[in-house]
Amino acid sequence: MNGVHDLGGTDGLGPVPVPESEPVFRAEWEKAAFAMFSMPFRAGFFGVDMFRHGIEKMHPAVYLLSPYYEHWMHAAEHYGVAKGVLDEDEIEKRTQYFLENPDAPLPEREDPDLLAFVDWAVQNGVPAGRPSDKVAKFAVGDRVTVSNDVPYGHTRKARYISGRTGVIELAHGTMIYPDSAGNGGDDAPEHVYTVKFTSTELWGAEAAEPNGVVYFDVWEPYITHATSQESAA
Amino acid sequence: MSAKVRTPEEIAARVKALESIMIEKGIMTTAAIDRLVEIYENEVGPQLGASVVAKAWSDPEFKKRLVANATDACRELGIGGLQGEDMVVVENTDTVHNVITCTLCSCYPWPVLGLPPNWYKGPEFRSRIVREPRKVLREDFGFDVPDSVEVRVWDSSSEMRYWVLPQRPAGTEGLDEKALAALVTRDSMIGVGPVAAP
Repeated sequence: MNGVHDLGGTDGLGPVPVPESEPVFRAEWEKAAFAMFSMPFRAGFFGVDMFRHGIEKMHPAVYLLSPYYEHWMHAAEHYGVAKGVLDEDEIEKRTQYFLENPDAPLPEREDPDLLAFVDWAVQNGVPAGRPSDKVAKFAVGDRVTVSNDVPYGHTRKARYISGRTGVIELAHGTMIYPDSAGNGGDDAPEHVYTVKFTSTELWGAEAAEPNGVVYFDVWEPYITHATSQESAA
Repeated sequence: MSAKVRTPEEIAARVKALESIMIEKGIMTTAAIDRLVEIYENEVGPQLGASVVAKAWSDPEFKKRLVANATDACRELGIGGLQGEDMVVVENTDTVHNVITCTLCSCYPWPVLGLPPNWYKGPEFRSRIVREPRKVLREDFGFDVPDSVEVRVWDSSSEMRYWVLPQRPAGTEGLDEKALAALVTRDSMIGVGPVAAP
């Protein structure tokens, strides 16, 4: 989707706020919100692609202005409600309760399997590689052009590489396809490539900084063989 | 989809509301949250990436394996896992400087660097680093890259996780791996800062 989350190349957002140092979690609520990826993932709320899409569907102003982990809370709420596990009225009611009673205790429950899952997930991860018998249409060194299509659902095809031509630098095999999995479809694995774009190709000779390139990973359906020999190195 | 930006108190209350419901539904427990937090506050952080870099600086054969397949090489040291299932190390040289970003969200190699700093996840860095990387490095991080050095920005749009192998600084010939690791900063592995002086 053509959303505000797709920030690469956007002007006017100001200097990078770099503090001397900061804690990993800046507030207690950030700790619980951080857990709202891995634990709802285990409960079947979403895969990583759907999780990202949930965040992309936030109101753009809130997305830009809210603290980072609020995005995660938003995704958990969005899919929890969509699945019928969470109820909006109940969330509102309890939010009001905790606003008035911020120190009220949480329900108590133990689950050794969930505790074990945390360590297992951190150590083993959730690989996105998927076997496929699809033959790769492209190889390292090929010049390719990114399609101009602008899908409405989840995609990892950023605006700033749309229509641009570059050279394949790395080939990574087949992985989950976000444009399917992120929209509730199956894994539908596709070949993934890293494409090198010159800064001149991305921003034009006038605006581009000297001697720079950007590497961007694309899934095979995003690209076609370049037809013109003129653009890109 | 609400356009209302919540206050910190409102966010805290809403998180607690969701947390309480999810505890009752069997999805979360406070003990599991505490364990997750403990891991990323105390166990998984940039000291792990620094140990990998120090080994690569000290052991040319390991460095070859790291550059060829970072995931497997890190596993030799017991390092890997969530959000670093597929890692690629990109090497700085006299003529190449690398920097990583995720313009579409906040992807970052957790197993070697821990959780990303807030600026990495925020809109300012993500929007500008692919368009004016030299200016961002110079003006926002005080880090000058001469025009003779190519700047390569790696935008982590897939599950491949890129991170930077900085150059070993001069004057470190006699240092062992532990002393070398102490020089490796988080920022040097993102590509926005130097390694520390020996």
